[in-house]
Amino acid sequence: MTPFPDRAQVVVIGAGIVGNAVVHHLARLGWRDVLLVDKGPLPDPGGSTGHASNFVFPVDHSREITLLTADSARQYTELGTLTTCGGIEVARTEERVQELHRRMSSATAWGIDAEMISPAEVAEKVPFLDPSVVLAGFWTPSVSVVDPLRAGELMRERATAAGALTVSALTEVLGIDTEDGRVRRVRTDRGDVETEYVVIACGVWSPRIAALAGATIPLTPAVHQMIDVGPIAELAATGREIAFPIIRDMDPLMYERQSGPDLEIGSYAHRPILCDPDDIPSIAAAALSPTQLPFTPDDFDPQMEAALELFGGILDRPDAGIRHAINGLLSLTPDGHPLLGELPEVRGLWSAAAVWIKEGPGVGRLVAEWMTCGAPEIDPHASDVARFAPHERTRAHVRARAAEGFNKTYGIIHPREQWSSDRGARRSPFFPREEALGAEFFEVAGWERPQWYRSNEPLVAEFGVEDRSHEWDARWWSPITSAEHLAMRRGVAMIDLSAFSQFAVHGPGALAYLQHLCVAQMDRPVGRVIYTPVLGPDGGFRSDLTVVRLADDAFRVVTGASDGARDLAWFRRHLPADGSVALEDVTSAVCTLGLWGPRARDVLAEITDDDVTDAAFPFATARTVHVGSIPVLALRLSYVGELGWELHTATEHGLRLWDAVAAAGAPHGIVPAGIGVYGTTARLEKGYRLMGHELDAEHGPVEAGLALPRLKEADFVGKAAYTKAREGEPEATLCTLRLDGTTRVPQGGEPILTPDGARITDRRGRPSYVTSAGTAPSLGTHLVLAYLPPWHAVEGTGLLVEYLGERYPVTVARAGRTPLFDPDDTRMRG
Amino acid sequence: MDVLVCIKRVPAVGAEIALTADATAVDTRHLGFTIGPHEECAVEEAVRLADRTGGRAGVLTVGPPETEEQLRYALSMGADHAIRVEAPVADPEPEVTTAAITGALRELPPYDLVLFGEASADAGHAQVGFRVACALRRPIVGGVKGIDVGEEHVTLRREAGGGVEVHEAPLPAVAAVLEGLNLPRYPTIKGRLRAKKAPVRVLAGPAATSGLRTLRLRHRPEARAETVLLGHGAGAAPAVVDVLAELGVVR
Amino acid sequence: MVLAWIERDAQGSPTAAAGEVLATARELGAEVTAVAVGEPGDLPDDLAKQGVAHLVLLRHDLLADAEPATVGEALAGLAAARGPAAVLAAATPESTEVLAWAAAALGVPLATACTGIRPGEPWEVTRERAGGILLEDAVLDAPVHLATLTGGARTTGETAPAPEVGVEVVVPELDPTLPRARLVEHRARASGMTLATAPVVVSGGRGVGSAEGYAVLEELAGLLGGAVGCSRVATNNGWRPHADQVGLTGTRISPDLYVACGISGATQHWVGCMSARSILAVNTDPEAAMVRRATWAVIGDVHEVLPAVVAEIRRRAGT
Repeated sequence: MTPFPDRAQVVVIGAGIVGNAVVHHLARLGWRDVLLVDKGPLPDPGGSTGHASNFVFPVDHSREITLLTADSARQYTELGTLTTCGGIEVARTEERVQELHRRMSSATAWGIDAEMISPAEVAEKVPFLDPSVVLAGFWTPSVSVVDPLRAGELMRERATAAGALTVSALTEVLGIDTEDGRVRRVRTDRGDVETEYVVIACGVWSPRIAALAGATIPLTPAVHQMIDVGPIAELAATGREIAFPIIRDMDPLMYERQSGPDLEIGSYAHRPILCDPDDIPSIAAAALSPTQLPFTPDDFDPQMEAALELFGGILDRPDAGIRHAINGLLSLTPDGHPLLGELPEVRGLWSAAAVWIKEGPGVGRLVAEWMTCGAPEIDPHASDVARFAPHERTRAHVRARAAEGFNKTYGIIHPREQWSSDRGARRSPFFPREEALGAEFFEVAGWERPQWYRSNEPLVAEFGVEDRSHEWDARWWSPITSAEHLAMRRGVAMIDLSAFSQFAVHGPGALAYLQHLCVAQMDRPVGRVIYTPVLGPDGGFRSDLTVVRLADDAFRVVTGASDGARDLAWFRRHLPADGSVALEDVTSAVCTLGLWGPRARDVLAEITDDDVTDAAFPFATARTVHVGSIPVLALRLSYVGELGWELHTATEHGLRLWDAVAAAGAPHGIVPAGIGVYGTTARLEKGYRLMGHELDAEHGPVEAGLALPRLKEADFVGKAAYTKAREGEPEATLCTLRLDGTTRVPQGGEPILTPDGARITDRRGRPSYVTSAGTAPSLGTHLVLAYLPPWHAVEGTGLLVEYLGERYPVTVARAGRTPLFDPDDTRMRG
Repeated sequence: MDVLVCIKRVPAVGAEIALTADATAVDTRHLGFTIGPHEECAVEEAVRLADRTGGRAGVLTVGPPETEEQLRYALSMGADHAIRVEAPVADPEPEVTTAAITGALRELPPYDLVLFGEASADAGHAQVGFRVACALRRPIVGGVKGIDVGEEHVTLRREAGGGVEVHEAPLPAVAAVLEGLNLPRYPTIKGRLRAKKAPVRVLAGPAATSGLRTLRLRHRPEARAETVLLGHGAGAAPAVVDVLAELGVVR
Repeated sequence: MVLAWIERDAQGSPTAAAGEVLATARELGAEVTAVAVGEPGDLPDDLAKQGVAHLVLLRHDLLADAEPATVGEALAGLAAARGPAAVLAAATPESTEVLAWAAAALGVPLATACTGIRPGEPWEVTRERAGGILLEDAVLDAPVHLATLTGGARTTGETAPAPEVGVEVVVPELDPTLPRARLVEHRARASGMTLATAPVVVSGGRGVGSAEGYAVLEELAGLLGGAVGCSRVATNNGWRPHADQVGLTGTRISPDLYVACGISGATQHWVGCMSARSILAVNTDPEAAMVRRATWAVIGDVHEVLPAVVAEIRRRAGT
């Protein structure tokens, strides 16, 4: 009935909560000619928004998700579509009580009012719950129920009132045309629309829509079962949609909430039931809606038993019937995080998918800001759709991880917990040797990396390394890591770093191109190894990486495995259109072996005829050396604070390099060391920062202590903000804190508190929390890193860290980047 | 009084029904299954009658093992025993269904009342109840929307001829009932858990055939014109009343 | 020969559906014998106008109630004696029951709810399934072809009237030992409109906003001689009882007019009202599914539009 336009500034596909929020915020940010289309009718087009449980639990261990949820709750409130009812996560087991304490820490860290309460207090708030099966409750007063359909209507109304929006329901997208890798046109059954921007906010259908443009949105629809039981007199008597707190019965992985006269029971406990986007029935063919599939009662029976245990008093009544039961569809991703941002395959094609109701409006704002300003206020690091390696975007991988991840929805997930499905996708050439050495493999971006080697077990006794006293601290951890660390500091270690993402950059425009992307001066002599932050337009961290100048017009970029795909997308997106720069992902072509420790030079000298003395091969330089007949690009640098090299060679030479190093190292007591040393113990002793932990879009180099001595003249992304930050005082400083007087080791994410237990935030409202934590074997303590506001970022200041319900004293040992271990870097420069 | 309800597994369809590639059946890949609303009322009535009279409420279906899902649904509504007569498909022709039910009723302990839904929600043949009654020489009333039982008789109400007819039949009797007979209850959680574990008695089905054989299914051509917009807000009232007058619902 | 079972109305005349059955029977090209119970009355004249030359009136004490099972038994006896090619009836509940018993007694199949019949080797029929959403083409292979016909199976065209109707009274042999139901009472319709049978249903959803908001719907329904319905949102919010709910989990209705007020038209609701002969949608959202599917639509708030409509009806009625 609405005239259909033939041009639009942006086409948003999908009118669920996410699409509505995107158009609302685009309009707010000044976009005009926004077209919102949906295949279904309004206000409920038939997607997951229409059948969701609509409750908002604000606390998540992830800060990013918590921020998105908090922003969403604010928006729902402002739209008048939020009802606060409170919520209680209840524990039936001791392990869950511990997890609730952990959630309590996250609540404190992110500034959300919450409290641990007794079973009696739970029963006081929810009188029809049987407290005898409950050990403890985690009470969050701000838990709420929202009306996403109404919120979506209001958002559309506002965008329409602003003169920015055209809505076309019952409009099916048939194609997305691209030209030169850019979006050009959306084809629909109501006509074609010329446009440069498309946002896919199609929930479970998103993969299908992305595929129309030859792109991938790696999610799978999956079933979440829920039933409504009623009428229940106590609930009906309230006369309200929700008058009692929502219960999350965490151990059986389910929830119960009032829904008018009914109790709605939902489950994440049943077997993973995945579905293909192509197999979702049409609106007309679906009995209820396309995303409300037929209930499969057998899968839900155990949940009914569990619900009776907790709510038998109101559920076990003859007139309380199962009035509604569905297999509702939701979107699952390989790592459980949303899929936001521009798709790496097509410019102008954006994803806003795999989003829960509780994050919808926040995601709308985030994506709109990202599209408008180049960077959103909330750091989308963990949600960036560009984060996946190619194999992680395949159907098989997505389904394997989604199936495994489904039951983790309410699970107790250790921060170091490893996936068990679809492992072994990427193996370095050293893999057979590592396997033979009893490596414990941890995965990153599909790469199997030794975390520690069981062959080093004897070193534990030799160095007298103590095991961790507490099971949670010791989970996915081994004292062998500390032993490997000490062995490296004493002699020499070899570390598999083949998971590095590496890009070859060359061409006449290569220098200018890298100058534009990197903070550090790239115009350095050939053979220089240059560490550089990479910033977003707002001056926050986008990445940090190493650049090697191989020739006047040829560079090698070396970055971390976990951020490799994001970095590749960023670098590709900034390539000049004139073809003056070629960028090639050489990750798979190159393997890397780290060789570090006081004896590293002795080992390298034995396997190469090239001069590796400090004079001939100084720190921060790179040279090609020959190990026998193998050409090896050696980079003299270190992330562990020791003398040594990264040895890069062609993948097919890898095994020979490993064997040469191992053989030559044997007389020097070389040990293979795992990523536990590289990524945690040695790194923390040296105060090195890690992207995604200390380094994020909220903080720039100045606060992270990574500002470079000189500001280069060339312009680069984020320069204005960076320049400004250099001129002022930092609002927060990254500090290293010692955790003395306890054997407990936090895991990351815990709040740092004042000595009297008050939460710490800086003047911009950013909280102080543990960004990394671990053992420092050479310092005989545990360390945590945290940003602190200036008044706390003073060495010697005593503070507290809250961990699993307890508070432990910590002392600011270092404010800034100077390492605690070997502060002058004499070992690595030796 | 012992009551048996004959129920049928039917797909729970949406507004549009997809067909299999050969168009001989409904494509049920994405569909759940249910019993029709008439049969839900029949089950409800049987449970109430059994409760009231201290008798038994049984449910019977004809079909392959998956049809036990519907038997269990009826059990979760309060039926106390279930019988499945083996058949290769859940949607046999009426004569085949009749033979199966008739055979089973000759084998099972006697029931005072056998209830059917007026017609199945899928095929809608609307005849099995009468066929069974005929074969068993029992009285039957169709279109029933009210049941009262006495010692020897059952009183059955139906809407007909612009009013209500009250029929009386000697027991044992058969009735085909309509939605509106009662408000069927929803299954309870306890009922569902009990039903899950309840045994289902399985009887062999007879070898029967029918001269009515489906060749193909097709969609009825639907002609729906564009919506006529009568106006906006209160100003549309005269146009609305014009339409109402045209329809003859107002003067 | 084709036997056409004639359903009679309260006055004893053939119903419209029976007329359509006769038309179909004639199309089969055979001689048509109408069959009915009761006194002849005007029936022979009525049938003559429709070109029928033969009428069999079944007469028996046990047929006094016209219990469908007993009529079916009598009809089966007649068919067995006369050997018609087909026995046809209207697809009304009562006639379907008659033919169902007759088919069982004769041991032949019965095709119900047919929209078409094609004699041949074997005969084929087209019948309705799933409440009419689907059509089924089927073989009807039997010595005598029993079928019920839906209204609209064919249109009654011009027919040469029969000069006279031969009325034959047949006293069927009915089993005196067969237990039978009997009609003990027939009372006129109790007052009160039910959702399922109301010719007009005025239904409200989220847009009504509250339980009190239904007052204007009640008022309009009263003026239109209809009933009030609602969507699942309304029952979920406790605005209306479940008995009022139209939709998949409520009642499926087929009124002449469905007035959908503030109902978006989710599929769950749509399947409950899609059989309505016409739909008037009142909704603030011009893109709402109910608006797109409606016969007529008014864009606006329920509480602005409906009071105006009620006032307009009252104004025209002069009340």
